[in-house]
Amino acid sequence: MAARAIWKGRIRFGDVDVPVKLYSAVKSTGGVHFRLLHEKDLVPVKQQMVNPATGDVVAYEDVRRAYPTEDGRLVMLDEEELAELEPEASRDIEITRFVDPAVITHQWYDRPYYLGPDDSDADYFALAEALRSQEKEGVARWVMRNKEYVGALRLEDEHLMLMTLRHAGEVVPASALKAPGGRELDKREIQMAKQLVSALEGDLDLESYRDEYRERVLELVEAKASGKVLKFPKAPAKKKKDDSLSAMLVKSLEATKKSA
Amino acid sequence: MADNDEREDEGEARARPFWSGTITFGLVSIPVELFPANRSERVSLRMVSEDGAPLARRYFCPSEERELDWDEIVRGYEIAKDEFVVVTDEELERLEPEKTRDIDLRRFVNAADIDPMYFERAYYLTPGGNSTKAYRLLARTMEQTERAGIATFVMRGKEYLIAILAENGIMRAETLRFADELRSPDDIGLPAPIKPKAAAVKAIEKSLTKLVEKQLDEDELTDRASAQLLKIVARKQRSGKDVVDAPEEAVEPAAGVIDLMEALKRSLAGNASSGSVTGKTGSKAKPAKADSAKSAKKKNAGKVAKTDRAKKTAKSTKSARTAKTAKTAKTAKTAKTAKSSKPAARKPRKSA
Repeated sequence: MAARAIWKGRIRFGDVDVPVKLYSAVKSTGGVHFRLLHEKDLVPVKQQMVNPATGDVVAYEDVRRAYPTEDGRLVMLDEEELAELEPEASRDIEITRFVDPAVITHQWYDRPYYLGPDDSDADYFALAEALRSQEKEGVARWVMRNKEYVGALRLEDEHLMLMTLRHAGEVVPASALKAPGGRELDKREIQMAKQLVSALEGDLDLESYRDEYRERVLELVEAKASGKVLKFPKAPAKKKKDDSLSAMLVKSLEATKKSA
Repeated sequence: MADNDEREDEGEARARPFWSGTITFGLVSIPVELFPANRSERVSLRMVSEDGAPLARRYFCPSEERELDWDEIVRGYEIAKDEFVVVTDEELERLEPEKTRDIDLRRFVNAADIDPMYFERAYYLTPGGNSTKAYRLLARTMEQTERAGIATFVMRGKEYLIAILAENGIMRAETLRFADELRSPDDIGLPAPIKPKAAAVKAIEKSLTKLVEKQLDEDELTDRASAQLLKIVARKQRSGKDVVDAPEEAVEPAAGVIDLMEALKRSLAGNASSGSVTGKTGSKAKPAKADSAKSAKKKNAGKVAKTDRAKKTAKSTKSARTAKTAKTAKTAKTAKTAKSSKPAARKPRKSA
């Protein structure tokens, strides 16, 4: 089933102008979405803004925005000021620079969006090929639905992707932290740890993991809808043991050898 | 996704770790504490009445036109248009995975093989026990061999799939999206690649190479919308116009909130739980090493944000307070999840 584009724009830099469509790479189906219902008649509730002091309902068009300051006051903003905050609407995805992919680590990544060609497949795949041949990622800036985004323009296999980036200050870089200290590690133990890591090495098969909780909830909903009562056994608790690190490394290695 | 939950939880990231547990693999167990590695810096606005009274979201029955109490509200899953299956808190609790403090590390993989699309949120892991040896051993080994550990663990009634990565001697747990949450180009219906014309590629390469830089410009990553908002607020505060006193419960004092960075540094230095500041924590003033210009900038960004963050925390604590019992808190969260579409939730103007 083809997905619907959520936005259209044009990638621009230098003489380049490539029209693209944007698609969310993450389905919105994550988790289970419930509605709140009035128990008596099972009708979805309606949300309204209320002044808790007076109990008065305030219509949405009369709701104002205010910024709470540190000294316990509220700074009210008017329409004009809120309009000032809105970025200028544009269809441009402006690429401000290109960098080596390693420069934008995935710690900056927020949400992935696929780009698809809007008009010409030729231009789209020419841009993809240029990114590949130059081994670069672009830093992109665009305004989508009244909000300004910064993103990385990159290749996902053979297609273009825009990965939105977190803002400066939102990422705590490992380089700003100091690793835990202690006595120098024992060479023999490092060796054993390496052996253990390689003994537990396997292929990456992320497809095999599923959101089991979500599946169980949906199963419950289905069962209830059809009038059945289901029981779900819980996963057994894992047992724990404590011993010295060296002993555990040795035992772990033995165990993995046996099972290999 | 428990996205909303987590965003709320970030407010709790003060001196205390976010979660603590034990990495287990083979027969080895390594106690660790978890701290968020991302923090939301977005400045958010409150909804108020025309005379500045803070407003609260309440639930009404559309047919009876009256406000409902929490115990009159149930959760329903829509199976067909306007047809709901009611699911109770008790039923959901029974479906929750077994509570465990284990981070069950199942296998090691080549860290570079993980498609970055999977990464969702990051948490720093710090040594939790008295000894840092096992922690350092695993971190060193993974870093040197460029391996990542794939693990699962249960936090707040939900099972997470994570990749444990080591960088700079510090381990980080990154929650991963489930494969069936992600779309493929085929799912979307993107066209199959065609071989582009060499001349077209050349032309693009020419424009591209002119824009190549070595580093990111951190100014490009600033949250301009929040900065602009703070500017307007400062202007109004100076003029004193439209500034009203908030009722006491509307704005929590920001005192006593410890910066996430500080908590992390303490925990890495091995004195998280005591909270006491020893000589080691003096590293606070230690300048960031290596590419100093960049790190320094980051540091500053962190500092400026600290005050915003304090305000934020205050706000979220407050809104959490309105829902008093555990049950209502939970329902409130679900309500949010049910309602929210992310872009709307982030926009200051129309917060859901």
